[in-house]
Amino acid sequence: MKKDIILSGVGGQGIISIAGIIGYAALAKNLYLKQSEVHGMSQRGGAVMSNLRISDKPIASDLIPFGMADVIISVEPMEGLRYLNYLSPDGWFITNLEPFVNIPDYPSLEEITDKIKKIKNHVILNADQIANEIKAKKSMNTVMLGAAAPFLGLEMENFETGIKNIFGSKGEDILKQNIDALKAGIKEAEKFYK
Amino acid sequence: MQKLLLLGDEAIAQGALDGGMSGIYAYPGTPSTEITEYVQHNKYAKENNIHRDWSANEKTAVEAAIGMSYAGKRAMACMKHVGLNVAADAFINSSITGTNGGLIITVADDPSMHSSQNEQDSRFYGQFAKIPMLEPCDQQEAYDMAYDGFILSEQFGLPVLMRVVTRMAHSRADIERKKQKEQNNVKLPKNPRQFVLLPSIAKVQYKHLLSLQDKLIEASENSKFNDYIDASDKKIGIIVSGIAYNYLLENFEDRKLPYPTLKIGQYPLPKAKIEKLFNECKEIIIIEEGYPIIEDQLAGFLGNKKIHGRKDGTIPGDGELNPNIVANALGLHQGKFLEVPEGLKNRPPQFCDGCGHIDMYNALNEAMAEYGKGRVLSDIGCYTMGALPPFNAINSCVDMGASITMAKGAADAGLVPAVAVIGDSTFTHSGMTGLLDAVTENTPIVVCIADNSFTAMTGGQKSHAENRIDSIVRGLGVAEKHIRVLVPLKKNHDEMVKVLKEELAYNGVSVVIFRRVCVTHYASKMKKKRAESK
Ligand SMILES: Cc1ncc(C[n+]2csc(CCOP(=O)(O)OP(=O)(O)O)c2C)c(N)n1
Repeated sequence: MKKDIILSGVGGQGIISIAGIIGYAALAKNLYLKQSEVHGMSQRGGAVMSNLRISDKPIASDLIPFGMADVIISVEPMEGLRYLNYLSPDGWFITNLEPFVNIPDYPSLEEITDKIKKIKNHVILNADQIANEIKAKKSMNTVMLGAAAPFLGLEMENFETGIKNIFGSKGEDILKQNIDALKAGIKEAEKFYK
Repeated sequence: MQKLLLLGDEAIAQGALDGGMSGIYAYPGTPSTEITEYVQHNKYAKENNIHRDWSANEKTAVEAAIGMSYAGKRAMACMKHVGLNVAADAFINSSITGTNGGLIITVADDPSMHSSQNEQDSRFYGQFAKIPMLEPCDQQEAYDMAYDGFILSEQFGLPVLMRVVTRMAHSRADIERKKQKEQNNVKLPKNPRQFVLLPSIAKVQYKHLLSLQDKLIEASENSKFNDYIDASDKKIGIIVSGIAYNYLLENFEDRKLPYPTLKIGQYPLPKAKIEKLFNECKEIIIIEEGYPIIEDQLAGFLGNKKIHGRKDGTIPGDGELNPNIVANALGLHQGKFLEVPEGLKNRPPQFCDGCGHIDMYNALNEAMAEYGKGRVLSDIGCYTMGALPPFNAINSCVDMGASITMAKGAADAGLVPAVAVIGDSTFTHSGMTGLLDAVTENTPIVVCIADNSFTAMTGGQKSHAENRIDSIVRGLGVAEKHIRVLVPLKKNHDEMVKVLKEELAYNGVSVVIFRRVCVTHYASKMKKKRAESK
C-alpha cells in the first residue's frame, strides 16, 4: 500500500490540519509517513502546498515525483491546478469550488472549472457551503478531507483517530463538527464515483 | 525506544537535547526557526533549564554558544544560511580557538530560495573553517547527527557544522529516540590560553587545526554516515550527499541501487572511499543539493576521469533537486506528465488584513511624492512586501540592517533626502550600529522603524526591540526632537504624512517610529495565553 498525496491551497486555509489528520490516521494504521511543506514567506495569503506520502514500506523521497500523486486535495480551485504535473494519469483531483480571491487578476471561475473537468478523475464540491450547512463553519478543510477519504487507503476509524489527535484539545463541539464535516464530505463526493 | 513524528528541524532539536545539550542560541530564520522553537516548548528543556531564548542576531548567538562551550558545556547555535554570513567572524575564529564542551553550529540552507535572498551553500563555510561537517539524508540521521555531533566535537576539540536544507528542515517523518545523555558540568579549558587569539597563540592553534585534518578525513572514512554501497554495474559510480540520497533511492524499486554509490553524510570527504569508487567505475556522477562543492573538490582529484554533475549541465546549475532531476541525470526513462494548464495566476504573499505596515506605506508614499521615486532603502521582514504592487514603495532589500547604511551611503552620494524602512527586530539585529554611523556624521536620512513588537515574518517570535526602541535610538544620539512616534492607522494618515514631511525637510538624522502591534501574531499570542490560563 502506498499513497502519494498533494495538498494545496492558500496560506491560512488549513491544509496543515488536513496533513496532520492524515498523518495521525496513517500512524494509527502503522504506516510509514513523510510530509513536506514550505513554511515562511509563502504563508501570508500566498500559494501553499504540501507533499504527503504514506506507505507500508519505508519511503525514500520527501518530495513526490511528477506523475506519481494518487490524489491532489485542493481547498481552492485554482491552487490544485498548479500541481497537475504531479498527478498520475489515473489519479484523483479533488477540489473545493469556492475560490479564494485575494489577487486582482483572478481568472473566471468558469475558466477554472473547465480546466478541472478536463481531468479524467475529478471531484468538485463547494466545501465552504457544505461546512456552513452542517453548522461547522470552520471545517471546510475537513469536508475536503472527507471528499478525498475513500482514495487514501485508510479506514474511517483511522480518520477519527486523526481528527481526535488534531482537534481533541479544542473541546467536544469542535471534535463533533469535524467528524460531521468528514462524513458530509464523503457523502457529497460519492456522486462522482458511485 | 520511543518513536516520534518530527520535522527535520525538530529531529535536530530532539537529538541535541538527548545528546546532552545545555543551551541553544539562535536568531529566527526560515527554514531553521523550528529547531529552537521545539526546544522552547520542550518539557525536559524547561525542567532542566536548558538555555533557549532567542539571541539578537546570529553573531551574538554563535558567540554565546562558544562561551557555553568555553565553560565546558554542550551548546548549539542555529540559523538560516545567510545568518552564517552575519556570524562568520565568530564562526571562523571558533575553528582556531577550538572548543571545550561540544559545539554544533546548525545551518539551514534554502536551495530554490523559497524564502531567502540567495541559495548559498553552507558547506563552503565548513570547508573554509576546516572543521568536520554533517549533512543528514533523512530525519533519523538529522536526529542521530545532532546526538552524536557533540561527541565528534569533543573528540577533536572543534566546532561541528551541521547543514540541512529546506526540504529536510520542513519535512516530517518518524524517528527513533536514543537514551537521554547527561549534560556536562562546568569545566574550564585545560589550556587557559586556548581562547586567546593573539597572533602568537593563534599561529600555534592554526597549526594544530591543520595537523588535525588527516584525522578528520580518517574519521569520515570510518563514519557510519558515509556509506559505500557496492553494485555490479560499474559503468557509473555515484557520489551523493545529504537529502539527494533520498531522491536517488526514490528512483529504484525497493531502494536497490544498480551502480556503486558513495553516500556522503560527514565531511571532509573520505578520500579512500572516493578513490575506490574512482578506481572501479568508468564515469562518476555527483548529486549534491546546493553548490557543486564536492564536484569542485574532485575535479582533477584523480586523473581525468569523466565527472558529471552541476557543472556540465547533467544537473541544473541552480535550484533544489528532486527525484525527477536525479532520474534525468541518470538517464532513466520518465513517462509523460500531465501539463499544468496555462492562465493560472501567481499568488504572492501579502500583508495581512489590518496590518500597520499598510498604513505606514500609504503615508510614506504620499510624503515622498514630491521627491520622486527611488529614495527608499528597505530591509528584510514582512514590510519588504511594500516592494510589491499596489505599494511599490521601497527600492531595496539586501541584507538585514542594510536599509539604514544604504540610505546613509545614498545620502552621502547626494541623494537627499534618503529614507530607510526597517522592522523592529531587524533594527536590533543589525540596524543599531548603522544608525550610530549616521548619527556620528549627522547624515540627512529619515529612518522609519516599523515597530510591530514581533519578529513577524518568521512566525511571530519575541522581538528584542519590544519596549526598547525609543531608548535605544535616544541612546545612540538621535536628537529628541527628531524621534517621532506614530500609530499607523488609517485615521492617522494625515498626521503621519505631516510628520514625515517635516522630517524629510530636516537636514540630519530623524527616526520615525510607526508603532502598532502585529495584528496576526498579537491575536495568536492572546489566544495562546487564554488557553494556558484556562
Ligand atoms: C541574516 C538573516 N537572519 C534572518 C533572516 C530571516 N528573517 C527575515 S525577515 C525576519 C524578521 C524581521 O522581523 P521585523 O524586522 O521585526 O519585521 P516584521 O516581519 O515583524 O515586519 C527574519 C528573522 C534573514 N533574512 N537574514
